[in-house]
Amino acid sequence: MPELIYVAAALMMGLGGLGAAIGVGLLGGKLIEGSARQPELAPKLQVTFFLGAGLVDAIPIIGVGIAMYLIFVVAG
Amino acid sequence: MAGSTQTISEYIVHHLTNLAYGKLPEGFVREDGSVIGEGGAWVMAHGGEEATAMGFNAIHIDSMLWSVGLGIVFCWMFRSVAKKAEAGVPSGMVNVLEMVVEFVDNTVRDTFHGRNKMIAPLALTIFVWVFLMNLMDLIPVDLIPSLLGLVGVHFQKIVPSTDPNITMGMALGIFILMLYYSIKIKGFGFVKELTMNPFNHWLFIPVNLFMEVVGLLAKPFSLGLRLFGNMYAGEMIFILIAALFSAGVAWMLPAGLLQVAWSIFHILVIVLQAFIFMVLTIVYLSMAHEDH
Repeated sequence: MPELIYVAAALMMGLGGLGAAIGVGLLGGKLIEGSARQPELAPKLQVTFFLGAGLVDAIPIIGVGIAMYLIFVVAG
Repeated sequence: MAGSTQTISEYIVHHLTNLAYGKLPEGFVREDGSVIGEGGAWVMAHGGEEATAMGFNAIHIDSMLWSVGLGIVFCWMFRSVAKKAEAGVPSGMVNVLEMVVEFVDNTVRDTFHGRNKMIAPLALTIFVWVFLMNLMDLIPVDLIPSLLGLVGVHFQKIVPSTDPNITMGMALGIFILMLYYSIKIKGFGFVKELTMNPFNHWLFIPVNLFMEVVGLLAKPFSLGLRLFGNMYAGEMIFILIAALFSAGVAWMLPAGLLQVAWSIFHILVIVLQAFIFMVLTIVYLSMAHEDH
């Protein structure tokens, strides 16, 4: 059933993106909250934010890469 | 190399194949029909199947040359700038590299709490080296492979960090440093940390040991795979966009725009991944230095 590869790729990208979007959303919200409370900490928080965002971002991007591999190489 | 005879998946697979040199097993039938004689033979691989047949006895020449070459570029660049450095107002390259050194120095100061003179140089090396390796991703995917194809080298992956061997090798190096400093600083405390955490009772030693060892092994594993996964996925998308050029003249302009857009987004990714690799190295080594 090679059609299922497309479903697998869609699930991979969709669910990975969903989780990361929620995570980065929360992260960004907290960053704004934190820097509104203590503006002098903003640069420091931003560095930590980018670190966290990079860690969260990795999973969906890897998912997209594997999904593309599945669609174009395994199924194609 | 998106020739009319190649399908898209062949094109992608071709771009994801390393130039491997290794030992083919006895009796293996090569592409041109020749059979490997007794005891195997050390040859250049022609394609993915031969590279798979080589198994453990293979080395990715392109990854090695590019990564070592970039390491030399890093050393040469910093050395030539360091010789030029003086007390006055810096300019040009001196300024840029001073900023990098200062940035890494501040990060190490903020995150590393032990006493070790080696951490800051290590962090600088990792940051700049990984950054340079990731930077190769921004070179158009077909440029160097097709130039080398003209002189008879048919497989080339110019981004060393899209090769899991390179990233896992770096992670392994850091893992060895972690173990070394854990044992050196904590001594017997390291064993205690592995066996008496989180349940402090002798009955729980097997459970604790299992959990702590898994946690310990997960660190270098995720460190290497994170960098590999990010760069591999980015490279994959570059290759796919490049494959769009073969879809007809109407696709050329959109594909070019996509290539530029993804490159600009990718600048963020390559710096961020180099930064994350560096910070996590510092954090892991800092944890190895914490004596309770």
